[in-house]
Amino acid sequence: MSKFNNKKSGDMPPVSTASLPDIVFMLLFFFMTVTVMKSDDLRIENVLPNASEVKKLEKKDRIVYIHIGQPRKEYQEVFGTASRIQVNDKFIAVAEVGSYVLSAIGEKPEALQRLVTIALKVDKNANMGLIDDVKEELRKVNALKINYTTYEGDVFANLK
Amino acid sequence: MSKRLKSPEVHAGSMADIAFLLLIFFLVTTTIETDSGLDRMLPKKNPDPPKPFNERNVLRIAINGENQLLLEDNPIGIEDIKSKAIAFLDNGGDAKSCNYCKGANDPTSSDNPLEAIISLSNTRETSYGTYITVQNELVGAYNELRNRESQRLYKVSFTDMHAHYLDANTPTETKNALREKVKTIQKMYPLNLLEAKIK
Repeated sequence: MSKFNNKKSGDMPPVSTASLPDIVFMLLFFFMTVTVMKSDDLRIENVLPNASEVKKLEKKDRIVYIHIGQPRKEYQEVFGTASRIQVNDKFIAVAEVGSYVLSAIGEKPEALQRLVTIALKVDKNANMGLIDDVKEELRKVNALKINYTTYEGDVFANLK
Repeated sequence: MSKRLKSPEVHAGSMADIAFLLLIFFLVTTTIETDSGLDRMLPKKNPDPPKPFNERNVLRIAINGENQLLLEDNPIGIEDIKSKAIAFLDNGGDAKSCNYCKGANDPTSSDNPLEAIISLSNTRETSYGTYITVQNELVGAYNELRNRESQRLYKVSFTDMHAHYLDANTPTETKNALREKVKTIQKMYPLNLLEAKIK
């Protein structure tokens, strides 16, 4: 009997924290791998409109982004207040959209080139005139699959 | 001599702290964002000559520079667009070609959903927010009708089914089974949404 009784009873053994660094490292690696540093810094206002009937843009490898909006306050002295098109880190003119899209598609792997979607990230206060011009340019280069990128939410909030 | 050969043990107690610090940095900077939005196909640059269509099969919506809406030349509030679009699409005016339509069978409105076209035009001054709102309401109208038919035929909503179909994690067999259903519903209410003006 004494064989079973000689275990110390009463005081609990301390919890071992030796595996804590391992757990923290695991989490660390997870967040390190999923983090994407923002590649382009936007020089325009870019508050997207809300929409409720949205579909997710799942595969990021086949998306070409085009940002449109009014230049930010600090850039307005140089670039004025009219809406501008920004891709990567620079402003481009409407006429350059086609060639930009073609070269961006050309950089994608060949298997994906047919599946490329153009994501239009447009500020909700932008005018449709510029967007119509951009759509016309996209039609010229036969990049027909587009996505009006939006936030998910109440659409009637767009009108305020 | 023998004492110098033995290298001192590295103190690893602070490793956890350093790792924590890094962890918190990455936690704060991470944004796991998936974009979402409204998918649309632009019309081809040199389209085939358009099929002749009947005037009653076209619903014209125009947005002016002050973001006001016209539906067939009558002013309309943006909240009413969805119900009007549903009534138009689901009309089934010729009474026989669309046996699943539940509309009013008004002979002056669209014949059936296959021929019904919604044409959305805008001026250069229209704001993008308004434009997206109208687009969203029109897609909402199509989705509502598709959901209704999908519930009737397959007891699931079309939007769920479609999202499941597009999801990259869905196994291929399920996808193939879903494709038929999705195609069937899309054929019943094809998305005839014109962005360009028609004369």
